[in-house]
Amino acid sequence: MRPRRELLVLLALAVYASPVAWQLLTSITPSEELQNGARIWPSHPTLASYHVVFTQSPLPRALLNSAGIALATTALAMVLGTLGAYALARLAIPGRRALVLGILLSTALPAIATVGPLYLMMRALGLRDTWGAVIIAHTSFALPLMLWLMAGFLRALPRELEEAAFVDGAGRLQALRHVVVPAAAPGVASAAVVTFLFSWNEFLFAYTFTATEASRTAPVALALFPGVFEVPWADIAAAAVLTSAPPLLVVTLLQRALVRGLLAGGVRE
Amino acid sequence: MKVGAERRLAAVLLAPALAVLAGVTLYPLAQALVLSLERRVPVFGIDEFVGLRHYGFLLRDPAFANALHVTAVFTVVSVALEVVLGVAAALALATMRRWRAVAVALLLLPWCLPGVVTARMFEWLYYPTGWLGIPGRALPALIVADVWRTTPFLALFAYARLISIPPGIAEAAAVDGASRLATFRTITLPLLAPVLLTAALFRTLDALRAFDLMYVLTGGGPAATTETLTLYAYRHLFQTLQLGLGAAAAVLVLVVVTLVAWAHLHAVEASEART
Repeated sequence: MRPRRELLVLLALAVYASPVAWQLLTSITPSEELQNGARIWPSHPTLASYHVVFTQSPLPRALLNSAGIALATTALAMVLGTLGAYALARLAIPGRRALVLGILLSTALPAIATVGPLYLMMRALGLRDTWGAVIIAHTSFALPLMLWLMAGFLRALPRELEEAAFVDGAGRLQALRHVVVPAAAPGVASAAVVTFLFSWNEFLFAYTFTATEASRTAPVALALFPGVFEVPWADIAAAAVLTSAPPLLVVTLLQRALVRGLLAGGVRE
Repeated sequence: MKVGAERRLAAVLLAPALAVLAGVTLYPLAQALVLSLERRVPVFGIDEFVGLRHYGFLLRDPAFANALHVTAVFTVVSVALEVVLGVAAALALATMRRWRAVAVALLLLPWCLPGVVTARMFEWLYYPTGWLGIPGRALPALIVADVWRTTPFLALFAYARLISIPPGIAEAAAVDGASRLATFRTITLPLLAPVLLTAALFRTLDALRAFDLMYVLTGGGPAATTETLTLYAYRHLFQTLQLGLGAAAAVLVLVVVTLVAWAHLHAVEASEART
């Protein structure tokens, strides 16, 4: 009884996720077959669409832009967020409650509220259509959640850990770098992944602050994917598969990293 | 470490993050407020102070009322469906033993895709039906796409809470002769409620500011039947280029978001006071 029900649940979930598989199949279906109404199973699978996307579309450049922007955003938010979160978690700060409330509230901020003035600001600074504009916007938008998550992870660590380092003569910053952050590694990894996913997937800022191939991210290039006379469904599907590959890869790796982090179990007593 | 030195260190550590938030979040927010009081159309070199005139216009604009309505329908229906489906999926997940990791991976798949990818995927799924071009069909079609991509978030959130409930409680109820449904209603659901409220708040705030899905799938059409507040504000900011009017609409989005967050926090406090 039990195994059968498990399989039913799995089957339901597989059906649920099947549009993703469908997109993969569409991406390897020849365009003529799609025009002729073969919408599900390709009779002559081909990588032609990937060839088109790689040689004749702005997507390769957009993937590079996305990678650069998402990695820079993650790195910046990690550094700024960890330093700030340590202060929030461990040090005496006047007005901490108000500060924490403000940070929590700003995680709910809708991007549309700031995108207009930010656009004017980026233009005035000459940053329009550069990686910098998107990185700055993404970092500021990811920071509140990063501060919130990291402060939680750091607070959960036992104080004895750092105190032992102080006894050994380490300063606060050395203790943070060599003791606290490594001990919080699984938390740090998951906060980093959340930030990376946000930046890679974000559309409103990336779409507004970019104007050409020089800085358009993969989602923006996918949204603007060119079609001259008819919609190139197979090419779009291929571009969509390529655009989703990094987030899928990162989430898969995170699952492993998390398990490994828990097994290694940094802190005892 | 002395208190003075500790405060100095805290200030130094927090300064970079707070500087970024002040410069790239707070300052533009204040600018949006100022901008909303101005009539500013850069292409015609127009830049004048008009006070609250934009807000007056918005409150009388049928297109704004429509956007408010569309946003309310989209948010309420999406989040309600996501909560129901998410709880169902979490319950199913909690009964699994061997294939749990595979099930979680399948759930994570729709959740971690970029919104534009999801939009392009549903565009292809809906293509033969023509729904995205039919008023009355386009909004439900959008809601389905949104529910598809965000139910996993709720499911995993609820699942994490479910597995932390000691199984003994439900077993004791079963021994006392309670039916499965009664056990769920009187024991599991109340224990799940606070988590569901929090998750529903996150989802509501996300639904209120959703942009990518509708921008790519329908662009607000047909006949503005899918034009949400965010799309309305975006249209004026960057398409009709009336920056002041767009900023006023964007400020009203922020007001709606704040009111909803505030109401939710009160609901959470009330539910905590009951238990």
